[in-house]
Amino acid sequence: MKISKEKFGQSIDALSSDYRLIAPVSEAGGVNYKAVKNFSDVKQDYLNSKLPPKSFFFPQHEKLLSYVKNGKDVTVKNELQAEKTILFGVRPCDSKGLLLLDKVFKNDQYQDPYYYERRKNTVVIGMACKTIAPTCFCSSMGLSPASSEGADIFLIDLGDSYELEIITEKGKALLGDLGLSELSAQEQALVDAVKSAQTTSQVDVSTITEKLDKMFDNPYWENLQEKCLGCNTCSFSCPTCHCFDISEEVRQNSGSRVRTWDACMAPLFTLHGSGHNPRSTQKARWRQRMMHKFNYFVHNNGDIACVGCGRCIRSCPVNMDMRQVIDGVNKAELVVE
Amino acid sequence: MEQNPYLPITMRLAKNLVETEDRNINTFTLEFLNKQDEENFKYMPGQFAELSAFGYGEAPFGIATSPTEPGILKFSVAKVGCVSNALHLMEEGTMVGVRGPMGNYYPVEEFKGKNLVIIGGGFAFTTLRALAVYMLDPAHRGDYGDITVIYGARNPGLLLYKEELAAWENNPNINLVTTIDRPAEGWTKHVGFIPSITEQVAPSSVNTYAVVCGPPAMIKFTLPVLEKLNFPPERIYTSLEMRMKCGLGICGRCNIGTEYVCKDGPVFSMAQLKDLPSEY
Repeated sequence: MKISKEKFGQSIDALSSDYRLIAPVSEAGGVNYKAVKNFSDVKQDYLNSKLPPKSFFFPQHEKLLSYVKNGKDVTVKNELQAEKTILFGVRPCDSKGLLLLDKVFKNDQYQDPYYYERRKNTVVIGMACKTIAPTCFCSSMGLSPASSEGADIFLIDLGDSYELEIITEKGKALLGDLGLSELSAQEQALVDAVKSAQTTSQVDVSTITEKLDKMFDNPYWENLQEKCLGCNTCSFSCPTCHCFDISEEVRQNSGSRVRTWDACMAPLFTLHGSGHNPRSTQKARWRQRMMHKFNYFVHNNGDIACVGCGRCIRSCPVNMDMRQVIDGVNKAELVVE
Repeated sequence: MEQNPYLPITMRLAKNLVETEDRNINTFTLEFLNKQDEENFKYMPGQFAELSAFGYGEAPFGIATSPTEPGILKFSVAKVGCVSNALHLMEEGTMVGVRGPMGNYYPVEEFKGKNLVIIGGGFAFTTLRALAVYMLDPAHRGDYGDITVIYGARNPGLLLYKEELAAWENNPNINLVTTIDRPAEGWTKHVGFIPSITEQVAPSSVNTYAVVCGPPAMIKFTLPVLEKLNFPPERIYTSLEMRMKCGLGICGRCNIGTEYVCKDGPVFSMAQLKDLPSEY
């Protein structure tokens, strides 16, 4: 079923008093998700955003609480904020990334209220990819350029209209009755083509978790990281990386406790107060990155924590390529003890 | 909405006591402000909490009190960084933030009907003290066999909880062995490192569990001794330290393999640790 872009835009704009609209826009350096006033401001043709939309649930910097000190007393205030949001134009890799983050921010004991309140208040409108980058490898990660996993509503761009699929009750509740019309034969052919597309770049992750079970002490890690600068850009641009720091921003008698993105590629990340550091080398940190995504996460959450978006490959200043690292793991010789 | 695990309760710093003669470790006694906060803070020996000095930050510390000591929590903290320094300098009466209790605890249910040897070195004695006090409580003492505590420090002035140790010396319910690294004037107890003293005085491993906590070098040399005494890895427990932020298994830094020390630990058996990467 389809809807004209004009009519779809009107429906979205009609919700603007209740929801903020976050959508891809062009800015210096590329496309990113930003708050937009009108649907007409949304960029329709984009490959993918430079940064994944995880920041609307897990911001790069956010206040957890604020406090005011008065002599020996202190008053603490919760700073949780979760606006009702429509997140438009999320690519399949990134909507799957949100499902993986869901598993991180809720574990067997705790649920992170900052993340989950925003998740609850946000409707995710997914968008199939019609252009596939040479660094995309989602087809190897159980996805495809048209998979709707993690979206509440899923769209395929047909030029003047969208092929629209309601995925969840939340998506259905947002838009109500839209008056959809049938696809023409030509449009159906286009939809079929998008749905059958695969990324050209592929890696094999079919046995990587089991392989990594036996690779903690493997010499493969020795040289792998030699050119890594430890700059963290791979983590910051990753839709599934979730590590953070908590620190304080202090004024004289008041302040706030803030959470900021952090990453396992930085030496300070694991440094003890005593000076001991369990991951003191870049070798240990790269091993952690690979183990976490392709082994520990699978054991804990049943899924590989990589969606094949290729951002780490595009953003790396020294051209480290996750696909080659995966390939290297596949080819590494196991050391027999 | 679920309870927000990032929001601390406030507790009053009732006492800020210099614990060791080098003035590097203070013991903070914190008082609950109301019954409700105390009700919600149900904990067991071995668990930890995130303490905050508002204006400085937050850091995790093992709880040195036992749940059998109502109304308060104690923490013995070395002066190491920004938060611990601020806590050391804090005036009594000041409000401190507390999140917790966090992590798992010593398996006191599994210990029932067994003898226990508690081996501690330096200021890692805090949650071990909590464990001993819990087991010595009249409500629990009957559940356990012999309790032996082997506790060492570099010199007598660096031992924590000196008054309590003196009381344990005369308590028939507990067998206390204290040691210092080198002879010191007026010291009449053992002299020597924990591993060799353990070898001399440890009880039989039959029907006995060992709980070991201390600096890495002490643990490294004590484990082979326990092995020699036929303690199987399933009956040796330890508590690990890691840099932590959230304490909830989310911020990603305290993992050893698949396990987060904050949420799946800090208490692990040697049998568990043998299956994990040696990255701690």
